[in-house]
Amino acid sequence: MIGWLDTLVQGVLLGSLYALFAMGLALVFGVMRLTNVAHGDLVVLAGFAAIALAGQFDLGPLAAFACLLPLAAASGYALQRYVLNDTLGRDPLPSLVVTFGLSIVIQNVLQEIFSADPRSLSAGEIATASVRLVEGVTVGVLPLATLLAALLVAVALQWFFARTAAGSAFRATSDDRETAELMGLDARVVYASATAIAFVLIAVAGVLQAMRTTVAPADGPGLLLFAFEAVVIGGLGSFWGTFAGGLLLGVTQAIGFRLDPGWGIWLGHVVFLAVLLVRPQGLFPRTR
Amino acid sequence: MSAALLATRALEARYGDLQALFGIDLEARDGEVIAIIGANGAGKSTLLKTIAGLLRAPREAVRFAGEPVGGLRPGEIARRGIALVPEGRRLFASLSVEENLRMGAQCGRPGTWDLKAVYELFPALRDKSAAPATSLSGGQQQMVAIGRALMANPRLLMCDEISLGLAPIVVKGIYDALSAIAAGGLTALIVEQDVGLARHVSDRLYCLQEGRVVLSGPSDEFSRDDISRAYFGVAAQAGR
Repeated sequence: MIGWLDTLVQGVLLGSLYALFAMGLALVFGVMRLTNVAHGDLVVLAGFAAIALAGQFDLGPLAAFACLLPLAAASGYALQRYVLNDTLGRDPLPSLVVTFGLSIVIQNVLQEIFSADPRSLSAGEIATASVRLVEGVTVGVLPLATLLAALLVAVALQWFFARTAAGSAFRATSDDRETAELMGLDARVVYASATAIAFVLIAVAGVLQAMRTTVAPADGPGLLLFAFEAVVIGGLGSFWGTFAGGLLLGVTQAIGFRLDPGWGIWLGHVVFLAVLLVRPQGLFPRTR
Repeated sequence: MSAALLATRALEARYGDLQALFGIDLEARDGEVIAIIGANGAGKSTLLKTIAGLLRAPREAVRFAGEPVGGLRPGEIARRGIALVPEGRRLFASLSVEENLRMGAQCGRPGTWDLKAVYELFPALRDKSAAPATSLSGGQQQMVAIGRALMANPRLLMCDEISLGLAPIVVKGIYDALSAIAAGGLTALIVEQDVGLARHVSDRLYCLQEGRVVLSGPSDEFSRDDISRAYFGVAAQAGR
């Protein structure tokens, strides 16, 4: 019994990382109907950037992370403003092709610079620190921090979109770009701001991923898949739905791993396909 | 005669290869209410969209408050004081009534219109302020659309078929409100299918046909016959 409780807890902790991946993807899709195929590669890129920053300037993981955040926001803004905005339109194909190309470029540049070896960001003592919840259930401090970060991101995004003027500008532009521009908004700037926020989430996810396990140049598509699955399972109704989708995917994988070490990822795919068949709008769809 | 607040000169507009406007000359002086009438497809909505910046135009083809504004971005035109109530209302579906109204103030023009003033003009909206905008009745949605445009404190208010699909009593209420606003000195450009109503509320009118002005002049100078001839294709030149 305790064993299963442990599985559940570890699944939630694993899922919180997926939730972080997924919320960035959902944010960009929600605001501008852009499916960013390079999302996973950007997470890997952020991980490598943090490793390089820490290595070059002899920074701790937290300092490297602090340096990475403004960099991520600025490059997200610039990428959207000067590249991706031009791919948006009724036809989703141009944006898919461009982000797919971006994904290939990122993978190859990373491989060129860092080789194909997996690397990780040294987190120091925190990497191995853990707390015991009950007898038989021990959780690492780092996974716990990841869960906290994901929770914080979900709360912050939900509040930002529902309660602030900038948030309603995002929603208005998502509803009807032309009319939003009539109101004096510049959709190009709104989209670029949304991507800047998404890139901050990507940086958070990348640093946590690189600390928790390793990142390798070819990891991106796998991470994108988990993000997609979490978004589809949760639905696009709210950031809470996406958050829950990530946790559910994590728990499913953890259960799979417990049943058989080869089943974890596979069981995640099965649940994803089941949701897609039975409830394609996701478990927590938009209500109005 | 005061200088024109809005003037278009030989304005043309096209959707891709399809030309929709052929050299429109139109003027609206400060405080005037101008009606634009014409059959479906005559180019009325296209004209408003082009003035609002949603369709491209040569810079000099549209002048507003003495400056060329043709082809500027819609947001820039809004900041200069032109607000459009678009055809079909186009409320933001995921925003509440109040959030929709606040969106109108995004362009940051100072003036007398704020939430309080809009709720005074349309008291029915006050109780619904937290409701999703698209859950309201058609008439109330139109009030939100007009209120949203007023929140921008425009110098020129353009209304595209605000009576469409509404009960006559509701239309009357909305036009009464508009007349009260216009009496306060706001300049308005109104596209209206109902010719009688258009004549009644406007100082001057323009009748469009296939992208050209076929009749224009003071609204009370035309008989119904003049207008129906212009409407259906026989050009009249009254008032010239």
